Amino acid sequence: MDLKLKIWRQKDSQSRGKFVNYKLNDVSPDSSFLEMLDVLNEELVERNEEPIVFDHDCREGICGACGMVINGRPHGPDSLITVCQLHMRKFKHGDTIVIEPWRARAFPLIKDLMVDRYAFDKLIQESGFVSVNTGSAPEANSIPVKKHYADLAMDAAACIGCGACVAACKNASAMLFVGAKVSHLTLLPQGKIEAKERVLQMVAKMDELGFGNCTNTGACEAECPKGITLTNIARLNREYYYAKV
Amino acid sequence: MSTIFTSSIGKKLMMSLAGFFLLAFLLVHLGINLLVIIYDDPMVYNKVAHFMGTNILVKIFEIVLMGGILLHIIYALILQIQNWIARPKRYSKANYSNTSFFSKFMIHTAIITLVFLAIHFADFYFKAKFGHTETLVVDGVLYHDLATEIVDKFKMLPFVVFYIAAFIFLGFHLVHGFQSAFKTYGLDNSRFTPVIQALAIVYSVVIVGGNTMIPLMIYFS
Repeated sequence: MDLKLKIWRQKDSQSRGKFVNYKLNDVSPDSSFLEMLDVLNEELVERNEEPIVFDHDCREGICGACGMVINGRPHGPDSLITVCQLHMRKFKHGDTIVIEPWRARAFPLIKDLMVDRYAFDKLIQESGFVSVNTGSAPEANSIPVKKHYADLAMDAAACIGCGACVAACKNASAMLFVGAKVSHLTLLPQGKIEAKERVLQMVAKMDELGFGNCTNTGACEAECPKGITLTNIARLNREYYYAKV
Repeated sequence: MSTIFTSSIGKKLMMSLAGFFLLAFLLVHLGINLLVIIYDDPMVYNKVAHFMGTNILVKIFEIVLMGGILLHIIYALILQIQNWIARPKRYSKANYSNTSFFSKFMIHTAIITLVFLAIHFADFYFKAKFGHTETLVVDGVLYHDLATEIVDKFKMLPFVVFYIAAFIFLGFHLVHGFQSAFKTYGLDNSRFTPVIQALAIVYSVVIVGGNTMIPLMIYFS
C-alpha cells in the first residue's frame, strides 16, 4: 500500500518543530508500524536526510518504550496494544497518517517523536517501591494473599509506564500511572506497611513534576495498552484520603 | 508535603464537594419554582419566597450557598489553569477516544452557566433583594409579588429561549459532574459506577426538564 505520512520533526527541545510530509510506497500490510518507520528511515538515510527519531526497544509490546500519537490516538487506531504491536493492515492504501509525539509539559520533547519520560522514573524513585531486607527470597506461601487482591494487584502491575495515559488525557494527568503503582503495591500485605507514606509522597511528586489534574474523563483508560482501569484512580483517591485522616 | 487543600487530589475533592452541594441546592430550587406552575394562586409561591427571604436559617444557608458557588468556581479555575499549563502544545489532530463526551466541555459549559447565573441573579435574586418589585399586602404582611414577576418575564420569547438554552448546557455540565464526583470520592467499581451514571442522567433530565417546563408552560399558558 502507498501512504502519505505527516510526521512531527523537531531538531531538539529548543527548536521550533513542524510537520513534514513524506510519501512511502509499497508498504507491506503485514509489517508493524515501527517497521514501516524503519523503511522510511532507510529511505531517508539513502537520500542523505536525517532519519526520524523515535523510542523503541523490545518490539514485543511489553517494555513500554515505544509511543507516539497516531491519527490523534496514543499507540494508534487499535485497543490494548503498543505502537510496535500495531500493524499496517489497520490502514488503507492512500491513507494519510499523522504522527505526533506525546505532548505534556512533564514529558519534554528530546527530538522528533522522542520524549523524556524520566518524570515516571522520578515518581517510582520517590516512593513507588517496598522496602525489604536483602537476603534470600522469602518463602512465597508464608504471607497469605487473598486471590481477589492478588488479581487486582496483578492487573495494576500490568502497567508498563509507556505514558499513553498522560498523552491521551486532555489535562496531561498521570493519575492512572500513579493509581496503578499505588494499587499494585498497596493491595498486597508487603506494600501495606508503607502505604500512607507512599501515596502522599507520590501524589506530592506528581504535582511537583507538572502533570495535570484528573477530570475523570476516562481517556487514559481508553488508550492504556495494558487495560489499566479508572478504578485504580478511585483507589488512589481513597488511599490518599485515608493517609490524610 | 502538600495539604488536602493544595494537592491535586485535595483540590478536586474540594471542588467536587462544593459541586455536589450545588447539585442538592438545584433540586430544592427547582422544587420551589415548580410552585409557580403547580398553583394558580401566585400567593403560594410568594409566601414561600417570603419565608426564604426572611427566615434566619435560610439566610445563613444563603451565605453557605454563595460560599459553595465561589469555592466551586475558584478551585475549578485553579485546576483548569494548571491543566492548560500541563499541556503547552496541543495535538494537531483531535484525540479520538472512548471517553465521556460531556467531560470534554466542562469549562465551556461552566462559562455559559456562569454568564447565565449573572443574568439570573440580576433578573430575580438582586431584584427581589434590592430592586423594585410589585408588592402585595395580605393579612397585614408585605409580600414581593415575585410570582407575577416570573410570569411577566417568561411571557417574553427571547427570555424563554435563553433560559432553556442555558439549562440544556447546565445539564451537560451536570451529567459529568454528578458521576465524576463519586470517582473523586474514591467510589468506583464495575457494579456501582453504572448505577451512578444512570442516576447522573436521571438527575440531569429532572433538572433540565423541570426548569425548562416552567418557562414553556408560562409562555404557552
